Amino acid sequence: MDFTEDQLQRYSRHIILPEVGGKGQRKLLKAKVFIIGAGGLGCPVGYYLAAAGVGTIGMIDNDTVELSNLQRQIAHSTKTLGMSKIDSAKATFEALNPDVKVVGIKERISKDNILDFIKDYDIVVDGSDNFPTRYLVNDACVIAKKPLVSGAILKFEGHVTTIVPGEGHCYRCLFEEMPPPGLVPSCQEAGVIGAIPGVVGSLQAIEVVKLILGKGDVLKNTLLIYDALKTTFRRIKVPKNPDCPVCGNNPTITELLDYEAGYCAVR
Amino acid sequence: MGEGIGIDKKINIKGLVCPYTFVKAKLAVEDMEVGQVLEILLDYEEASRSIPKSMEDHGQKVLKVEKINDTDWRLVIRKEKE
Repeated sequence: MDFTEDQLQRYSRHIILPEVGGKGQRKLLKAKVFIIGAGGLGCPVGYYLAAAGVGTIGMIDNDTVELSNLQRQIAHSTKTLGMSKIDSAKATFEALNPDVKVVGIKERISKDNILDFIKDYDIVVDGSDNFPTRYLVNDACVIAKKPLVSGAILKFEGHVTTIVPGEGHCYRCLFEEMPPPGLVPSCQEAGVIGAIPGVVGSLQAIEVVKLILGKGDVLKNTLLIYDALKTTFRRIKVPKNPDCPVCGNNPTITELLDYEAGYCAVR
Repeated sequence: MGEGIGIDKKINIKGLVCPYTFVKAKLAVEDMEVGQVLEILLDYEEASRSIPKSMEDHGQKVLKVEKINDTDWRLVIRKEKE
């Protein structure tokens, strides 16, 4: 594939990097990444991946843009209030980079549709805001053997980890079961600084780019914790658990569960 | 012209400025085999210094940098690594 003159200009700062070059940029243009959620995390992840020229970005979200989203969800705007987040984000990303095809899905992700959605993608990004979805996405990616870049945010704190099924830990190696409902507050209950998802989403986007390029070390077997109040990053080692119920030697979870049971979705 | 150096590929990037001079040069090198030699003709003075430096940073061998007239430079680069 030859680059157009526009592409040479658009991606020049990538191409001149030894780790990228024309070969790496072609990999990015051919890559397919599926993002769960078009909210605080999905916006910056999708924005930077679109800017990077990731050729196909799938995105699922069932919400509409609300005024309370705009403090942090940077792909949306005052002009897209009331629009579906998918249509709003798709318009933003495609305006940024016409090389990118955004496949928007206005549905709620569930155990019945996730495997079908992710099967055609190389990498999955979790930008969801609740535990049932986080465990659903983890288990689906382990079962489908799809690399997963998971992010989470609350208040002044963010977490990032990269799950490479068969090579490293999974989310259940880290936290085997979901916390009981109500124990961990949601952003809606506890608040979040608007730039936190910017930091965490940018870290996720870079993890995705490294996975596509096959360069550097991703957060395999590692949880990265960003504390914005202290301005610290901590790396926590997360060994793969041989007894993990989904990725261990004798898994008990071999098909997707009813993750919502017992959870009232706090939206 | 080759002073005994066999040239496998030539590019003329006159009229281009940084960073596109290096973008074009790097893409040309990527398309070559290790051991092959690239000749670059350019007229942007800064690139006559930055391309050789960047090529060496990327592990390639700069064989020649010469000013061939009032406006143009000729660089000869050998591809040493992928």
